[in-house]
Amino acid sequence: MGTSFGRGGATTFQQDLQNADCILIEGSNMAECHPVGFQWVMEAKARGATLVHVDPRYTRTSALADIHVPIRVGTDIAFLGGIVNYVIEHDAYFHDYVVAFTNAPTIVGEEFKDTEDLDGVFSGLDADQRSYDPASWQYEGGPVQAASGQREQEFDEKLREREAQGGGEKRHQPSVAAAGRGESHGSGGASVPASVKRDETLQHPRCVFQIVKRHFSRYTPELVEQVCGIPQELFLKVCRTLTENSGRERTTAMAYAVGWTQHSVGVQYIRTAAILQLLLGNMGRPGGGILALRGHASIQGSTDIPTLYNLLPGYIPMPHAHQDEDLDMFIEGASTEKGYWGGMRSYMVSLLKAWWGPHATEDNDFCFDYLPRLTGSHSTYETVMAQLDGECKGYFVVGENPAVGSANAAMQRLGMANLDWLVVRDFSLIESATWWKDGPEIETGELQTEDIPTEVFFFPAAAHTEKNGSFTNTQRMLQWHHAAVEPAADARSELWFYYHLGRIIREKLAGSTDEMDRPVLELQWDYPTEGAVAEPSAEAVLAEINGWDAEGRPLASYEQLNEDGSTACGCWIYCGVYTTGVNQAARRKPGQEQSWVAPEWGWAWPANRRIIYNRASADREGKPWSERKAYIWWDDEEAKWVGHDVPDFDPAKSPWHRPPAGATGAEALAGDDAFVMQGDGKGWLYVPSGLTDGPLPAHYEPQDSPFPNLVYPHQQRNPVRQVFSRRHNRYHPGPGQPGSEIFPYMLTTYRLTEHHTAGGMSRWLSYLSELQPEMFCEVSPELAAERGLEHNGWATVITARGVIEARVMVTDRVAPLEVQGRMLHQIGLPYHWGPNGYAKGDAANELANISLDPNSHIQEVKAMSGDIRPGRRPRGAARTALVEEYIRRAGITPETGMEVRGGR
Amino acid sequence: MNETDVTKDGQRHVRPGREATTGVHTGPGVEHVPSAARPARGRGEQAMVPAAEFGSYYGKPIINQPVWESPDIPGYLFLGGLAGSSAVIAAGAQVTGRRGLARVAKVGAAASAALSTVALVHDLGRRGRFLNMLRTFKPTSPMSVGSWILASFGPAAAVAAGSDLTGVAPGIGAAATVGAAVLGPPLATYTAALISDTAVPAWHDAHRDMPFVFAASAVTSAAGLGMLGAPVEERGPVRLLGALGGAAELATERLMEARMGLAREAFDEGRAARYHKGAQALLVAGTLSSLTARRSRFLGAVAGASLLAGSALTRFAIFEAGLASAKDPRYTVVPQRARLEARRTRPSEGPRSNGDHPAAPPTGTE
Amino acid sequence: MVANPFASLLEHGDPATAAGYVDHPPRMGFFTDTSVCIGCKACEVACKEWNHVPEGGLQFTGMSYDNTVGLGADTWRHVAFIEQRKRVGQQVTGAAADGAAPAESGIRWLMASDVCKHCTHAACLDVCPTGALFRTEFGTVVVQEDVCNGCGYCIPACPYGVIDQRHGDGRAWKCTLCYDRLGVGAEPACAKACPTDSIQFGTLEELHLRADRRLAQLHGAGVSDARLYGRDPDDGVGGDGAFFLLLDEPEVYGLPPDPIVTTRDLPAMWRRVATAAALVAGTVAVSFTRKAP
Ligand SMILES: Nc1nc2c(c(=O)[nH]1)N[C@H]1C(S)=C(S)[C@@H](COP(=O)(O)OP(=O)(O)OC[C@H]3O[C@@H](n4cnc5c(=O)[nH]c(N)nc54)[C@H](O)[C@@H]3O)O[C@H]1N2
Ligand SMILES: Nc1nc2c(c(=O)[nH]1)N[C@H]1C(S)=C(S)[C@@H](COP(=O)(O)OP(=O)(O)OC[C@H]3O[C@@H](n4cnc5c(=O)[nH]c(N)nc54)[C@H](O)[C@@H]3O)O[C@H]1N2
Ligand code: SF4
Ligand code: SF4
Ligand code: SF4
Ligand code: SF4
Ligand code: SF4
Ligand SMILES: [Mo]
Repeated sequence: MGTSFGRGGATTFQQDLQNADCILIEGSNMAECHPVGFQWVMEAKARGATLVHVDPRYTRTSALADIHVPIRVGTDIAFLGGIVNYVIEHDAYFHDYVVAFTNAPTIVGEEFKDTEDLDGVFSGLDADQRSYDPASWQYEGGPVQAASGQREQEFDEKLREREAQGGGEKRHQPSVAAAGRGESHGSGGASVPASVKRDETLQHPRCVFQIVKRHFSRYTPELVEQVCGIPQELFLKVCRTLTENSGRERTTAMAYAVGWTQHSVGVQYIRTAAILQLLLGNMGRPGGGILALRGHASIQGSTDIPTLYNLLPGYIPMPHAHQDEDLDMFIEGASTEKGYWGGMRSYMVSLLKAWWGPHATEDNDFCFDYLPRLTGSHSTYETVMAQLDGECKGYFVVGENPAVGSANAAMQRLGMANLDWLVVRDFSLIESATWWKDGPEIETGELQTEDIPTEVFFFPAAAHTEKNGSFTNTQRMLQWHHAAVEPAADARSELWFYYHLGRIIREKLAGSTDEMDRPVLELQWDYPTEGAVAEPSAEAVLAEINGWDAEGRPLASYEQLNEDGSTACGCWIYCGVYTTGVNQAARRKPGQEQSWVAPEWGWAWPANRRIIYNRASADREGKPWSERKAYIWWDDEEAKWVGHDVPDFDPAKSPWHRPPAGATGAEALAGDDAFVMQGDGKGWLYVPSGLTDGPLPAHYEPQDSPFPNLVYPHQQRNPVRQVFSRRHNRYHPGPGQPGSEIFPYMLTTYRLTEHHTAGGMSRWLSYLSELQPEMFCEVSPELAAERGLEHNGWATVITARGVIEARVMVTDRVAPLEVQGRMLHQIGLPYHWGPNGYAKGDAANELANISLDPNSHIQEVKAMSGDIRPGRRPRGAARTALVEEYIRRAGITPETGMEVRGGR
Repeated sequence: MNETDVTKDGQRHVRPGREATTGVHTGPGVEHVPSAARPARGRGEQAMVPAAEFGSYYGKPIINQPVWESPDIPGYLFLGGLAGSSAVIAAGAQVTGRRGLARVAKVGAAASAALSTVALVHDLGRRGRFLNMLRTFKPTSPMSVGSWILASFGPAAAVAAGSDLTGVAPGIGAAATVGAAVLGPPLATYTAALISDTAVPAWHDAHRDMPFVFAASAVTSAAGLGMLGAPVEERGPVRLLGALGGAAELATERLMEARMGLAREAFDEGRAARYHKGAQALLVAGTLSSLTARRSRFLGAVAGASLLAGSALTRFAIFEAGLASAKDPRYTVVPQRARLEARRTRPSEGPRSNGDHPAAPPTGTE
Repeated sequence: MVANPFASLLEHGDPATAAGYVDHPPRMGFFTDTSVCIGCKACEVACKEWNHVPEGGLQFTGMSYDNTVGLGADTWRHVAFIEQRKRVGQQVTGAAADGAAPAESGIRWLMASDVCKHCTHAACLDVCPTGALFRTEFGTVVVQEDVCNGCGYCIPACPYGVIDQRHGDGRAWKCTLCYDRLGVGAEPACAKACPTDSIQFGTLEELHLRADRRLAQLHGAGVSDARLYGRDPDDGVGGDGAFFLLLDEPEVYGLPPDPIVTTRDLPAMWRRVATAAALVAGTVAVSFTRKAP
């Protein structure tokens, strides 16, 4: 999303679904996983909208859909790509919108070679490094920098230029993928290159439109049928439904969640959707957009103020050990010459001022050196590898349960078993806290408690009902919650834990003269505390995040931030949430008392905007595209943009504005550059920069798949996916390779309404446990007949990573599909259970491999091959033996499935 | 298409979300899209989330299972009948000067009443709150009515028996005997209303005949007790009663079964069937032997015991048939559906009847 | 003058009035429109939370996603899940049974949240010997937990299988239509929690209108399976305070197709009981006046 549109958040808000004429939910089971938000889908349906659900299973969402399309897991790019092809072939794209607001007319450089030319890969592949050099993907006429995503791709470029000019010393240049920087769901800025060449007739053979057209021409209905197992008639029905409900008069919205992201090409799934929505002209308009349904209550918040290793608050990249030696160099690398990221210095300086206060001065680079530095990719899975390799010695597990919830649960536990210390903070004794005494490896004898060196500390955590704070939800909206009760016994909030941990560390270090301790000692760490347990004030933290000026007055907008250290701000995109000293996130004005957009409920970043890129809701001249889809428009009399929401545009910039030559930053944006964060002000059908695995989506098979890639017969998998072949993380043979028939079925994992993720918040509760008491698998009657599975009986499911047992649910809701001439059975596995808690069961993640999307480092748990047999799994050592037997039978070696090219 | 517009002035034509419809906005195009893979196949060849076959939700019962337990409640039905009828016999014997029979019947009535109270209290979920039964008087609740009957009958029967055994206060004893005899018949028969006044098919659908079965069965059991306990020379009336009661019980039970419709089949299942068969054999034996047991003490005792046991088994059979009919949704659904169909085909029919017989519209407090 | 004790069984009209309330609030109830239910079970959980209903035990039933099975002492809201090889409306799904006739093809997943019907003529209330069950001023039927002695009579009396005895407690429990919340003008917990408004709470009068409109709308849209259940004041229980829009026959959801309040036949039963009692007295009398054979 970030690379396509400029910001990584959902482009719309759930309530706006009510205005859609058609809603496509794909890669999400919205009714089950977002039941409250689903009411807006129902609202739209009540008004006549059509609901399409594309899901391998017939779910509670499908039950309410007008069209349900069962799909083979891992093939959404082929499906969506097929629709892109249909839209272009049938001239069903919204021509005026495409020309005005997308990069369709932009000419791409001559060096670019598509998958069409290179047998399934893009130009720039470095097979040894398992990475792409994106240099050849650029527009003709010069580089453009991505608003989010892998921003340092251009940074490398810039540094090289500098070296060429003799400006810098010779540097070590780690590959982009290895550096793992800047996975961003965030807000970026645009770098507008001086000379983007455009052909508004869309005829130039190297214009983006023609490239996209050629690229997707393979994705015919016949191919979709073969790859996805979707009958052509049904596919065409979806095509017609989407195109009939898009364009000038109508809008279609799309919603997705982790059914799209958890793939080794996950980001490109969303890219395909973005292309489609741009072609159909649905972005920035009411009832349109792409709704990324985010997961945990504040998962959006935890990327905005990140728990990610590679970001600082507000999507400022984390400095790199070698590249970012001082503030100037950092700013040069991370910011853009033009556009909103041009303000990077003021955001960064204000952040440093918020953290180190008076210690941060112009002379010491505002304590820039105090920030930790990246030495490479440290995503959660790479950290597990580091644990296994003995490099990572201590680990905090806070608000997660990797022994159940992370792919390849055994690897997670074995990693933790190789630590010196482990801290777990949770409500109850989750599996991640007790694996050392009762985990599966203890049962199989692989680990003995006495031999495990890890010292495990468990701290009870306070729940959100027991503490003040905010959630940032799926639509980028902050909502404040007030403590309803005091935490019981020793349970404490995260805020309490980290504040007092910091306080104690600082007390212990007090008086130290060691340089190393100065970042800690000089930190501003003085929040007021309240109550018997000395709980730090969450509102004080919010005030710091919002920021203040030199006089300590709360700021109203990030435009007020300064480079000179006179302002402090903990997260620039949240600046304004505490404007006038009032907690804007705590606003709860009832819906009946305000417009349907409800701007006075909570506070959304950026600047309390609810639909972003909303300039695109009006045509080039600033008039709503349609009478019935008016959202933001240019008011001639007032000479400004007005409408139902905060305009995502310079409010006074007229639609006819053309930037003067040499303009910079936002000034350089023309009156019809609706995607204001983008380097060229346009929505990107083609992504010249910012992605690690190609400028256009291409269908690749999942890491473990029994089917050959029909789209690119010589390229089975995403060449630059991240793979880690380890003893406990072996991959399955590719199609046609000996042993591939050992794992003939596709497995997919997902959620149920009744439980929450790895179960820490539901398996301990009797009211939820009784609703879904046990791990089960969903199989079709046909598969049950084929394998002798009995409804209500037991089944054993096996991959090269592990084996689990589950009760059998034989149901028509999981339909077998005809794929490439054979019947494919898919097996559904909810992933909520583990051995602890009240409702128990085997964890689906024992089966999952660790193979990651190279952009987001998200694991591929939505599609993998496996086997199933009736009966319960073996116990004790026989459990491991069964997996080993499968590995042997399938002839799996450390090299299996590791290919970059080919792979069949 | 969404009928709501987002105009410059805000939303137009808003509709509440609860009016969503599914599967009607698919527009022109393919109506039936065959799945490429799934072959045609009959139902039920493979166990799976069961296709909801006609008329039931996974074969689960429609009504909740009675929580009344055996032997408490069937025992109560039996003992109530025994006590009630015994009290009448006691009065008859008293009046006709059969002192031995009168004593057996009085003691029997008092003891059965006491035992039945124990059974009733024992079956309560909250025994300590037994007295709440007398909190109100509700003619709509046979249990309330019965509680009052039992609460008046019990002391009367006890006084009658006590006076008889001890010889104390014969006047009061006589009055108590009469009182118990007056309350006895309702005590013996109200239990039919008690169980028929439920949604349990085998009970409710028999509600017209159940009072007569219970009346006969009550007489049978009390006669049986008299035959067991009374001196040979005083047994005449109870022998007659035993024969009458036994025969009537057999006959009314047959009639009841014949008229209750589908729920009758519940008498052919499991425990109910065993009790049912046993009851009939014992009743036939008891009836015949009471006719022939003119002089033999032994034969009289056998006849008495058979009648007692037969009567008891009748109650147990009816009780178990009720449970079986409650457990199987067929008994609830099929007759109701037939009733609906009948109404559908004869829509002009007047007030609905419950069951396959024309019920007079209830008209008041008769 | 003694009021007719069977009046409440017989009369049409407002049950609260029949129960002797004067100047009472309008009758409140539920219209549960199962065609928009998403089976989230929020209603089940909200009810348990609010009313402190105990857990009902862990049991994997294989009955689709229903592991609660039915209404009972520990389940006052129950969501049924029914998988069928049939289409809902004109839904298009590829997960269809091929080769079948178009009407038979496709699959649908019916979900329905069931609850106490708060019958106009409530058998449970009629038969309760202690008066623990009573009619509230809102026309609903509520058990007083401090009065119930666990006689169990209400349980087989209820034609819908709603009320039940709680193990280890002995008393009978069921939905109170959140009497405590109604008392303070709040909506019942289950309806409040329902994200799709499948459970609609309000005055019965208004709900009837709404349901009739909705039915017409669905029929107009070709959802010919839609029907109202418990809406008819002339049905065997005098209409339900909580009624439903269903997409299939009631029994498919575990509901009786044509329930009748059992006490409707009670006057007839009493007559026969009286006759039978007279017969007992008469037969005994006769036997003492005759010579034994
Ligand atoms: N009740 C409940 N709600 C939740 C959560 C919970 O645990 N319980 N978790 C929260 C969190 S953390 C998240 S991230 C969200 C996730 O929300 P969702 O993404 O909606 O949840 P999932 O069930 O993981 O996956 C959605 C669907 O993807 C389908 N699917 C699997 N593979 C594919 C594929 O290849 N293509 C397509 N098109 N579909 C596929 C699955 O069948 C499943 O129905 O839910 C949030 N909400
Ligand atoms: N196979 C498979 N694996 C998956 C997925 C999948 O679809 N399939 N989905 C993935 C996704 S999207 C997600 S988000 C992850 C989720 O996986 P995890 O995050 O590992 O699992 P949770 O159970 O959500 O863990 C959250 C824990 O935080 C605790 N907790 C809640 N509130 C607080 C608090 O305030 N403080 C503290 N200290 N603890 C708290 C809870 O009790 C719980 O144990 O799983 C991922 N793994
Ligand atoms: S759990 Fe919370 S976030 Fe999820 S659907 Fe329910 S209300 Fe919304
Ligand atoms: S449904 Fe049953 S429990 Fe509820 S009021 Fe009616 S008879 Fe009573
Ligand atoms: S169990 Fe309780 S509520 Fe039910 S009838 Fe008996 S006393 Fe009344
Ligand atoms: S009305 Fe109240 S008691 Fe009844 S089901 Fe709803 S929440 Fe439960
Ligand atoms: S809360 Fe509403 S949508 Fe959810 S299961 Fe209950 S009735 Fe259905
Ligand atoms: Mo998530």
